[in-house]
Amino acid sequence: MKNHDNHISSYMLNWTVLLVLLMLTTISILAIKMHLGAYTVALALILASIKVTIVLTYFMHLKFENTMLRLMVGGVFLLFAIVIAITFTDYYFR
Amino acid sequence: MNNTSATVPLNYLNHKTGLWSWLSSTDHKRIGLLYLYSITIFFCVAAVLGLLMRIEKFAPGPTIMTAQTYNGMFTIHGIIMIFIVVIPGLAAVFGNIFLPIMIGAKDVAFPKLNLFSWYIYITGACLGLYSQFANGHSPDTGWTFYVPYSAEASSNVVIALTAAFVLGFASILTGLNFIVTIHRLRAPGMTWFRMPLFPWSLYATAWIQLLATPIVGITLLMVIAERTLQIGFFDPTLGGDPVLYQHLFWIYSHPAVYVMILPAMGVVTEIFPTFSQKPVFGYVPIVFSSLAIALVGYFVWGHHMFTSGMSYESRWFFSFLTFLVAIPSAIKVFNWLSTMYGGSVDLKPPLLYAISFIFLFTIGGFTGLTLGSLATNIQVHNTDFVVAHFHYIIFGGMGFGFFAGIHYWYPKIYGRMYNFKWANIAWGFLFIGFNILYFPLFIIGIQGMPRRYFDYDPKFQTGQMISSVGAVILVIGLIGMISNLVYHVRRGAIAPANPWHGVTLEWQIPSPPPHENFDEVPVITHGPYVFDNPHTKND
Repeated sequence: MKNHDNHISSYMLNWTVLLVLLMLTTISILAIKMHLGAYTVALALILASIKVTIVLTYFMHLKFENTMLRLMVGGVFLLFAIVIAITFTDYYFR
Repeated sequence: MNNTSATVPLNYLNHKTGLWSWLSSTDHKRIGLLYLYSITIFFCVAAVLGLLMRIEKFAPGPTIMTAQTYNGMFTIHGIIMIFIVVIPGLAAVFGNIFLPIMIGAKDVAFPKLNLFSWYIYITGACLGLYSQFANGHSPDTGWTFYVPYSAEASSNVVIALTAAFVLGFASILTGLNFIVTIHRLRAPGMTWFRMPLFPWSLYATAWIQLLATPIVGITLLMVIAERTLQIGFFDPTLGGDPVLYQHLFWIYSHPAVYVMILPAMGVVTEIFPTFSQKPVFGYVPIVFSSLAIALVGYFVWGHHMFTSGMSYESRWFFSFLTFLVAIPSAIKVFNWLSTMYGGSVDLKPPLLYAISFIFLFTIGGFTGLTLGSLATNIQVHNTDFVVAHFHYIIFGGMGFGFFAGIHYWYPKIYGRMYNFKWANIAWGFLFIGFNILYFPLFIIGIQGMPRRYFDYDPKFQTGQMISSVGAVILVIGLIGMISNLVYHVRRGAIAPANPWHGVTLEWQIPSPPPHENFDEVPVITHGPYVFDNPHTKND
């Protein structure tokens, strides 16, 4: 596998990402008080997924890695999604 | 052969001495040996528990223990064998010792993390043992910790769950280490398709360890939360769903079967070409069958739950995929037999164990199809048929694969030879004892003998008695095999660097290997199984 230069993120970028993550966390907490019923869980999962994506992209430097590594991480999430989908398909048909 | 050596060259065993040099070593070979010794000790403990259970079942009714003791014993036997012995087993021992050498590296990618993994493993293993004795209430849930019982039982379930959770971390970190090692540290010229097949099997295994283990970790934590904080995940009385637990548990625990068996397949795939002096038949199909087993193996977990109340659609879906996973396994068996066909077969102890592996694994595989079929599954579900099936797969597969591996690589690990005659006799006891122990369980299982029962109907006594006799024969074989290997670590004849005329990289360096494996980094110019024998055709 080819070596590539290390990427150094700027402080500004890291602070911005941190700020976005804190904002999303605040929205997650506020969402509980909005009494959305069954949609509360869906909203919490969507917000958590956005946060995971941001952490992977910037803090874990996936944005600056090569395509192979990105595909491997993507494959992991795809696998996880399939496993969860199969599990809940059982609930749907039961 | 000479039993002594005037000047012993420096190697990984003697370049540093003292207990601390072992406990603090980041040398992958020493860490592999630490795993070997730990796993052997725990295996012996669990084997003794297994023997005691078989003695108990020699006759109907209570014989040497109470029903509650029996429940504790099968639980801790399962926890030790599954989580402490067979899941880490081959990958942690032979993977650690030989993966870097076989790909031409000096060590794994993260040596300190590797040592840390062993300490985590030991912590989890000790917790597992502690759960058996603490407060006088050994866990009695079975190694599967099924809810709602595990959420309600008054025994030491939380400690046992914590043990399994901690052990999972060691597995994840080892898997991560191996993946990075294979990606980053292959010798110059060692392309993916010049890599030997044992590292390939470890690569497929490592992905399962990395991706599946966290799921069971979280699931076990959820059971702990349910017990301690009364959060209703799985317990219906708290609003939970017990079938969800089974889904989450088997999402990990079925792929875990492939964590056990894939490295064993990798070991025998190294042994067949060496003892046939012939290139492995179908290198590329074996590679892809390993990856296919790892991938498809992710999606078959539901076949453990056919009678648990799953939807009909899910049941046929999982049944179909279960049949599908048999294909890559069959490809491997075909390739192993074809590798031996027409070769200069040398029936030394490693090959005896490897051939036994095929025989036992095939029986385990075919009976797996009986269990994977929806109709027959209902008949044999939760009977001794299942016990026989998974022992043929796990012990007959992973166990005999492990025995094959230790007999194959022993001269390289210790620089000494064991006694062949002794090894052959021990193999005979093991192979015969194994079949006498487990085959009758297929029959009484079909007849309706439920598993995990302390007592049984007298009509099953003949099968139970034969099985118990087999257990004694098997244990005699184990004692013979372990004694032979332990005795010759220091007293065996000096082994040459390449006693079996192997062609992979570990056989090109001295026995035992030097501390950093290679004096010079090897440059790879051809595939892994190129033999000099003029009568064989090389890839």
